[in-house]
Amino acid sequence: MNSFAEFLAMGGYGFYVWTAYAIAFVVLLLNIVLPAIQRRQLLRQLALKQKRIKQ
Amino acid sequence: MSFIPAPIVRFYHRMASPPHFYSFTEKLMPWLIVIFVLLLIPGLYMGLYLAPTDYQQGDSYRIIYIHVPAAWMSLFIYVIMAVCGAISLIWRMKIADVVLISSAPIGASFTFIALVTGSLWGKPMWGTWWVWDARLTSELILLFLYLGVISLYGAIEDKRTASRAVAILALVGVVNIPIIHYSVQWWNTLHQGPTVAKAGKPSIHLDMLIPLLLMATAFKFYYAIAMLQVAKVELLMREQNSQWVKNKVVDVMGKVNE
Repeated sequence: MNSFAEFLAMGGYGFYVWTAYAIAFVVLLLNIVLPAIQRRQLLRQLALKQKRIKQ
Repeated sequence: MSFIPAPIVRFYHRMASPPHFYSFTEKLMPWLIVIFVLLLIPGLYMGLYLAPTDYQQGDSYRIIYIHVPAAWMSLFIYVIMAVCGAISLIWRMKIADVVLISSAPIGASFTFIALVTGSLWGKPMWGTWWVWDARLTSELILLFLYLGVISLYGAIEDKRTASRAVAILALVGVVNIPIIHYSVQWWNTLHQGPTVAKAGKPSIHLDMLIPLLLMATAFKFYYAIAMLQVAKVELLMREQNSQWVKNKVVDVMGKVNE
């Protein structure tokens, strides 16, 4: 492997290799991001509930 | 239980308590992320760049560095779920329920990744995206087991009943695990046999084996990170009426509301 273009080409299998890595990356990223969003939403909801109870 | 050292017993009891588990998780998280990145970067660099091209499969074999670790994780996480199911049914431990249900989406994701990357590897090497052989079919059943756990849990309103139901499902489904593992030996298939997890020496060159093991270990840490992320939401949801969650809400959201 001499050039970056050659590296991307993966000996002609570039499409298969990079699609595989990209799908894995997206799925694994979603598993981290979605629960973080859910947690923020839940905490906000619970905060609103507490506020209402106090008033 | 007197043969177990006291600090371990104490640790177990502390971890069984949701607020302690939650704060322990938060302290652990940065370490898990650092170790994960330190394993992932050299794993990817060695796997995609340094490792030699395969003499038969060319560079297409580089899919192995996600396919095989993902497939291992799909089995590993299911076994963890089954163990949590047993703990939950025997000792009614809340944290075991939470770890079980929080593992399911991660396990389903790894199973999905194993299937899709396998398909993307199979097309150029076997000439087909899919075959209905024992390995691929049993792995697909594993995906349905994970999705079954997730939807069963979601379908039952009372979370204690739901936890018992998914614990039983996780335990029953565990019979599929040895079937997946041995499928390539028991039945004739297009899928290649094991190269690492077998008796005797792995039949893979060290330059290819090292990135594979780095990626496999990185995925273990990823699982811990992702599962605990889900577990935190699950714990807050389940314990929303308890004082520790109320304090947590004030801690985190207090500044926003002022």
